[in-house]
Amino acid sequence: MADIQRLKDIASQVRRDIIRQVHAAQSGHPGGSLGCTELFTALYFEVMDRKPGFHMDGRDEDVFFLSNGHISPVWYSVLARSGYFPVSELSTFRKINSRLQGHPATHEGLPGIRVASGSLGQGLSVGLGMALGKKLNGDDHLVYCLCGDGEMQEGQIWEAAMFGAHHKVDNLIALIDRNGQQIDGPTKEVISLPNLKKRWESFGWKTMETQGNDMEQLLQALAEAKNQTGNGQPIMIIMHTEMGYGVDFMEGTHKWHGVAPNDEQTEKALAQLPETLGDYPLKSNDAE
Amino acid sequence: MLSKYEQTGKKATRQGFGDALLELGQANDKVVGLCADLTGSLKMNAFQDEFPNRFFQAGISEANMMGVASGLATAGFIPYTGTFANFSTGRVYDQIRQSIAYSHKNVKICASHAGLTLGEDGATHQILEDMGLMQMLPGMTVINPCDYNQTKWATKAIAEIDGPVYLRFGRPGWPVFMPEDVPFEIGKAHLMKEGTDVSIFATGHLVWIAMQAVNALEEEGISCELINLHTIKPLDEEAVLASASKTGCVVTAEEHQRLGGLGSSIAETLAMHHPTPMNFVAVDDSFGESGKPMDLLEKYGLGQKNVEQAVKDILRRK
Repeated sequence: MADIQRLKDIASQVRRDIIRQVHAAQSGHPGGSLGCTELFTALYFEVMDRKPGFHMDGRDEDVFFLSNGHISPVWYSVLARSGYFPVSELSTFRKINSRLQGHPATHEGLPGIRVASGSLGQGLSVGLGMALGKKLNGDDHLVYCLCGDGEMQEGQIWEAAMFGAHHKVDNLIALIDRNGQQIDGPTKEVISLPNLKKRWESFGWKTMETQGNDMEQLLQALAEAKNQTGNGQPIMIIMHTEMGYGVDFMEGTHKWHGVAPNDEQTEKALAQLPETLGDYPLKSNDAE
Repeated sequence: MLSKYEQTGKKATRQGFGDALLELGQANDKVVGLCADLTGSLKMNAFQDEFPNRFFQAGISEANMMGVASGLATAGFIPYTGTFANFSTGRVYDQIRQSIAYSHKNVKICASHAGLTLGEDGATHQILEDMGLMQMLPGMTVINPCDYNQTKWATKAIAEIDGPVYLRFGRPGWPVFMPEDVPFEIGKAHLMKEGTDVSIFATGHLVWIAMQAVNALEEEGISCELINLHTIKPLDEEAVLASASKTGCVVTAEEHQRLGGLGSSIAETLAMHHPTPMNFVAVDDSFGESGKPMDLLEKYGLGQKNVEQAVKDILRRK
């Protein structure tokens, strides 16, 4: 049984890391990062079978791809907190000469990252390729891939949907961060995404829904998804989250999609998030 | 002097790709193939038939194919993607840029039906910008072989280098003239004939055209140095500078737009290190049209007479 309290404690620290990274850089995407904190914490601290160290080929371990690369702060925090690189490096986020680029990249050699993402719609295809590679290698581990809901507006996603079902890529568990928000506003006002579950089902994917900010429900959904692998269908989990979850004044609005909090807002946000694992030190020229 | 390069037959460069891919598949079990509904056109059927588990039909979904190739490369495989040059580059530029080039994935982007010699399908398919697009990407190797034999060599050679490659070849049956035993090296120019009056740098189908021009010019007493640059990037700057220093003038020949192609790259190198009078045999800021390959080459300034004229013009400016 998972230690839910432990995971919640980690999630609280991850949220602090998100706010502190974005604040120090005065740029970045806190909203989606906060909304996906439970998922990243669950995957890296409970669900995925990972090998020590970082191996680009991900052989004989579960691997994760982030397609909506702009929520890099949550990924960086979880990667650092789970040992891929020093936690202190989070203070370099989005700064010059850093491995923590605004959007995830392999170019600077940051452990944990296998492909660059940021230009949307590409990660699911890469995840499918990795999953096929695992099959060719006789490796029965899984590939996880997270996409944003706004990303469903990219054509390549539906190319990947057809390909994954046709080639029966049943060792891949994809997720959609269904927060209903994108930069210009609610998805229903920008380009609406009705019947998302039916759409994925009709494309031949085993499709499930879950609440994404409730750790217990999320773990249950991920376990159920894992049980469904190997049945000839790729799996899609529509994960309902709230953008900005965990910081009251950031919740449920697109306004914090890509905006950094000021000093006062940062203080207000951090006051809501217990420091459970210890904050990383900021670089001396940064204001807290 | 060009007698070493006698025509031994006529075969499409794409056939060289398909034949080599099959041999490569037999020799290296990390090689996988992907194709976007053009398996017959790319001559990938033989590989598909022999290695059905290592071949992935992507359908008419080139963007997804590039992403899947990136994922397979991450898992340690050497993916060869196949589709027309137009759909291998312009259509999927951002996918190549982010998921392959910036991410340094070992993907071999293999592109057939490049340039005007695609023929009757017309300008929608006759991409003349592909080498420029690809060579602008940091870390991308760009190769444009000249005949069946050289395409076979290149298809196998690119498996040996770690990193993304753009391999460009064509549709029509084309003279085969490279002896099979000529050694090639990626990034190394191939000196076909020494000369003293002018340096001609040619790539792809235009090597054959340039050879005919050289034979005619030699009869008029013009001593031509002919160099085949199969590798557009990284450019063999040393060979370019050595030949240009020797002859004092340069003509380039390629089935591509002038802007962004082999000629542009050579001009940059010469401008920086050894300014030299230069002429370009390339398409001049234009789209193509439907027609027979040889008729199109002549109409768009890429025929034998155009190479001869370019040489004569540059000799007057030397």
